[in-house]
Amino acid sequence: MKQLQDILVIDDEPTVTQAVAKICGAEGMLVTTAGEAFEALKKLEECKFRLILCDIMMPELNGFQFLEELAHRGIRTPVVMMTGYSTVENAVRSLTATGAVDYIPKPFTADELLTVIQRSLRCGKLLDEAESASLPRSGAMSYVPCPVNYYRLGYVSWALMEDKGTAKIGVTDLFLRAAEGINEFEFAQPGEDLLQGVPCAEAISPDGSKHIIMCPLSGRVLEVNAGAQSNPSLVERDPYFRGWLYRILPSNPASDLQWLSL
Amino acid sequence: MLNSKIGLKLTFGAVLSILVVIGVFAYFNIQSENKTLLMEVERHATQFSEHLKSDMGYDMLHNDRVRIQDSISRIGNQGAIDGIRVFNKAGEVIYSSIPREIGKMVTMEATSCYRCHLTGEPMKSLQKQEHMRIFRPAPDGPRLLGIINPVYNEPSCWTAACHEHPETQTVLGVLDVTMPLTKVDENIRRNQIAIVALAASVMIILSVIIGFLVRWWIDRPVRDLLKATREVAGGNLNYRVEVKREDELGMLAKSFNSMTDKLAEARLQLFQSDKLASLGKLAAGVAHEINNPLTAVLTNSSYLLKRSQGQPETSDDLQVIVSETIRCREIVKSLLDFARQTVPKKRKADINEIIQRAATVIENQLSVNQVELVMDLDTALPNVTVDANQIQQVFINLMVNASDAIGAQGGTIKVISKAISLGPAGTLQIKRALCRKRHDLIDRKVQIDSKPAISMRYRKKKQTGIIHLNPMYGSIDHNLGDMPALGKGVDLMCPDCSASLIAEGQTCPKCGSPVYAFEVPLKGLVQGCLRDGCGWQRWEHADSAWNDEYVEVRVIDDGCGIPKSQLPKLFEPFTTTKGQKGTGLGLAVTWGIVDNHNGTISVESEEGAGTTFIIRIPVGA
Repeated sequence: MKQLQDILVIDDEPTVTQAVAKICGAEGMLVTTAGEAFEALKKLEECKFRLILCDIMMPELNGFQFLEELAHRGIRTPVVMMTGYSTVENAVRSLTATGAVDYIPKPFTADELLTVIQRSLRCGKLLDEAESASLPRSGAMSYVPCPVNYYRLGYVSWALMEDKGTAKIGVTDLFLRAAEGINEFEFAQPGEDLLQGVPCAEAISPDGSKHIIMCPLSGRVLEVNAGAQSNPSLVERDPYFRGWLYRILPSNPASDLQWLSL
Repeated sequence: MLNSKIGLKLTFGAVLSILVVIGVFAYFNIQSENKTLLMEVERHATQFSEHLKSDMGYDMLHNDRVRIQDSISRIGNQGAIDGIRVFNKAGEVIYSSIPREIGKMVTMEATSCYRCHLTGEPMKSLQKQEHMRIFRPAPDGPRLLGIINPVYNEPSCWTAACHEHPETQTVLGVLDVTMPLTKVDENIRRNQIAIVALAASVMIILSVIIGFLVRWWIDRPVRDLLKATREVAGGNLNYRVEVKREDELGMLAKSFNSMTDKLAEARLQLFQSDKLASLGKLAAGVAHEINNPLTAVLTNSSYLLKRSQGQPETSDDLQVIVSETIRCREIVKSLLDFARQTVPKKRKADINEIIQRAATVIENQLSVNQVELVMDLDTALPNVTVDANQIQQVFINLMVNASDAIGAQGGTIKVISKAISLGPAGTLQIKRALCRKRHDLIDRKVQIDSKPAISMRYRKKKQTGIIHLNPMYGSIDHNLGDMPALGKGVDLMCPDCSASLIAEGQTCPKCGSPVYAFEVPLKGLVQGCLRDGCGWQRWEHADSAWNDEYVEVRVIDDGCGIPKSQLPKLFEPFTTTKGQKGTGLGLAVTWGIVDNHNGTISVESEEGAGTTFIIRIPVGA
């Protein structure tokens, strides 16, 4: 039986792994660090982790190759990608790669890190439950998946193409449940340009932690959902229909949609 | 050689045509001259022959053969006569100036006979032309003109005492006079030489003139253009062809110049974007390298901040570290954004608050340098929609620059904020302009600040030319070319119809100079002062309809100032006045941020006295 740990941090920069270890340690989590991917794989043989934090730009194996290796070995631990080279491509890839549940750009504050870790832990758990719930003797679903024809950016946000060339975007039920309740949203303004993989709204939990919602499609905001603005709980109750966030005019749907899963 | 020079080809073609024309002319001229000379000689010879015949008539009647022979010998041996002979009906030479010929018989084929005896029956009379024959007895001798004069039977002949000739005889004999054509031939030759010489000299003179004109009108401008294309191809985009004329080649030179201008402009832009691209690469590289250490700082400081709640002293300090590290994060991100040229994250914000936040950040640095920061902030400032982090970055950059300009000896930085309404001057472009006869004055070929200029023709006495006005309403950087100083007699006109553009009886309210006026369709008259550098313009339609609210912030220092030469490229990346101390990115990033907010940033500076940066951000945006 493998030893159970909470978090494995992989980064070639020791100051980063140490800082993460310190912050998470203070929260009572068991943290193991690794300086590169092979060391991490070795540690994964020894212990079982609830979450992996992994840098993208590393010598030897980079973050995405590491994810492939995990999939190859059948390790299903949820992974949060982090990078100092926070291009849009890296962000989108991090959210759509197999096994990655979230993405955090460097540098981050302790609170931001903890928010993402907590959310990702719950997200992993919900995914696990959903998998076991899909077995015949299971009970209710742990979260509501995206309806058909909805494009999904990782487990974070969705986009629905509309007939007139516009698109609605919103946040997934899984994200909202992992965030454990939202008190308030901070929206972008109509007329603003949004970029795929870049924050488009912030959701604030009752405990004050801010959850950044990454945008699934690039485009210009045409309309902010007034219902969601005046009544944030609408988003939680009906995230896929009445609880949409923005109606946008996509600027580059063809190439954006390649990254999204149906 | 002929293939390679257009001027030479043209000259050759022209000379060839002249050669043909003058050659044909000379040929016909010589022909007609020859004919005239020969006719003159023939007339003279006929007269002479008639004269001789009548002269000898008396002696013939008396059958005084000795006298006749004597006369013939005497006359025939004059220089102008070759020979005189008289044939009888049988063809026997009965008299001759050459004694050895007397008594000789000639056949009907002889030169003096064959004309009449061409056909079997001898002709009784001959046309005048047929009396004449021109022949050359010896191949190298002179040409001879022979004239035959038949001696007809007359009543006095058959009634004469000698009864020599019966009445039935028609022609008694023939008087044949031959004259050498030496003199005539010589004249003809001299004439030919003269005409050929004349033709040749006309040809040479015309060729020289044509050659010169071709060289002046075509060869030189083409050579100038060729030289210019080589220069431009070699990369010298500042090379200009001198435009001397208004013909097609002049226009070509003009369009060549404007093409080169555009090329230079495009290259500049390319250069700028190239610089921006390398800035982007640099930023991306820097971002990765800096973000790791920043992560350590940010995580540790924020962790410490979390744990130091309840200890106000440390927690305040830590708060500064955390918020400043977050600002660093935004700077790095904005560098990447700047390279990507994405839009800022805008929220409604109070500019004064942002200024104050920026001031707290650099307070320490300022006090170390003994720089006093004076703020004069308008409390009634409207909120503007901005990315607060980016705008804070702008103010920090400007204040740090101001502090650097002041140096260690101390000084004052003044920050003034106020709400202003900006008129259309400097923000509105005149896109259409018409003269009184409704000709378009906008010249799309000439651009000032890459906007089509307004063109006008000036005239003073004989001097005339085109000037171009900046189409931005209220600007002063017009291109007045070599327009003469204003005063009496300077007229401004429409380049198309020469209708005057001077507003009669009006003067500039600022400086009293003459005023021009043109019409903007549907938007009334635009008037402006003509004096270089005055810049007064009035456009009532725009002045009344246009008023935009801006928040203006001035950052004023009393430091060393910026050299005039540096001002035009101050906001370009990698421009620095700080030598090794500066990266040359600060103002480029600042400019990018303000531009992304649809704002403007401008600078006024006097070396040794100080610098003022003026930022204007639209309230409505």
